[in-house]
Amino acid sequence: MIGIIDYGAGNLNSICKAFEHIGFDTEIVEKETRHEKYDALVLPGVGAFPGAMSRLKENNLDQFIKEYVKTGKPMLGVCLGMQLLFEWGYEDTKTKGLDLLPGEVVKMDSSLKIPHMGWNELEIIKDDNLFKDLPDNPHYYFVHSYKLKEITDEVIAATDYGVKIPAVVRKDNVIGFQFHPEKSGDNGLKLLENFGELI
Amino acid sequence: MIKILKKRIIPCLDIKDGRVVKGINFLDLVDAGDPVASARRYNEMGADELVFLDITATKEKRKTLTDLVEKVAKEVFIPLTVGGGIKSISDMQYILRAGADKISVNSAAVRNPSLVKEGAKIFGSQCIVGAVDASLKDDESGWDVYINGGSKKTSRDLVEWVQELEELGAGEILLTSMNRDGTKIGFDIEMLRAVTNVVNIPVIASGGAGKIEDFVEVFTKTDTDAALAASIFHFGEVAMSDLKNTLAENNIPVRIEESSDKNE
Repeated sequence: MIGIIDYGAGNLNSICKAFEHIGFDTEIVEKETRHEKYDALVLPGVGAFPGAMSRLKENNLDQFIKEYVKTGKPMLGVCLGMQLLFEWGYEDTKTKGLDLLPGEVVKMDSSLKIPHMGWNELEIIKDDNLFKDLPDNPHYYFVHSYKLKEITDEVIAATDYGVKIPAVVRKDNVIGFQFHPEKSGDNGLKLLENFGELI
Repeated sequence: MIKILKKRIIPCLDIKDGRVVKGINFLDLVDAGDPVASARRYNEMGADELVFLDITATKEKRKTLTDLVEKVAKEVFIPLTVGGGIKSISDMQYILRAGADKISVNSAAVRNPSLVKEGAKIFGSQCIVGAVDASLKDDESGWDVYINGGSKKTSRDLVEWVQELEELGAGEILLTSMNRDGTKIGFDIEMLRAVTNVVNIPVIASGGAGKIEDFVEVFTKTDTDAALAASIFHFGEVAMSDLKNTLAENNIPVRIEESSDKNE
């Protein structure tokens, strides 16, 4: 069973349907609960950093996620969900994140159009089981205006949008995608399948 | 290998009472009016995104449209934009919850600009597409904005209106040239230039596509981010793979995947 964290905003349906399409059961997690129930946890993302953090805290979901990660079971953040895994976010105001990974999330400094919206290719920095059976430079669908500030040690793939954008992060069982695998066609489903194999 | 943002190719499907209308000519489709089958086929062909434009005029509209979006979103995992008669925040909420990624608003945005502002605030700018139908002014000094499916001229000037849409919070502009729509003589380059020059959000070109060269032209001569077409894809006049390969040969960055090649 994959638990999908619901923190009020955003459309959880797409990510649920994508996991169900490739054969996983999903359940919406709205408040702190026993983590034994879930083989993996997903933090989806649509919305803004400060609001998302305060809603996670209201229902003690921030503590739930941190405890869950200690079990070593896979934890995935998607888009804003990936950004929330880091120490600090600078959207609107400086906000403490879940602090599971080191780094800061900042507004994109690019002469190109913002939001960064559309299909971009991945450049794999560090090979990983997550990329198994994917083409060399698979395309993924991005929609975001903020990004992880630097290519840190945890960044295992990036994309080029005039500036280098961290696209996949991983530290042991904590994984994040800046793009939307649930909106990226077959390569997106394949990536979610590979994530599912970590269970 | 070019790794910058790809230019998007977007088929548009007209929907009436939950069915695709205007016909789709995929040889392998048993039921060409089935939106799920059509969407799946376009996804396999390598479409980068899909737009559903609902032209139903009944009271049950919202329910049939919501059901349709739900069915498509269960099986097709690329971005879905839904438009056609969306008038309120609650309409938007239903459609987004059903699995749409973006809502396109046209006439309702002109009548009630705060709808764009509210929608962007609640759902995020990336969810709100400002759709605009425009036609050359009589004195050819610019373009007028039309509503009600192009049947009613407004007092709005295109170049001013798209800037206002951006300020209100629209995340994208879907620009249809009424002068070119259905003509198949190519996109309206001058109109697209006028709009991409004044906004800093993505612009989708619509109206006039008749052949592959029209897409090469629009991406070469303008700063357009995406191109939308309906009939040429539906009737198989242009194959997606040929289109994308030709664009790539002309150094226009497009998404070509192994998985999107093998199906044609």
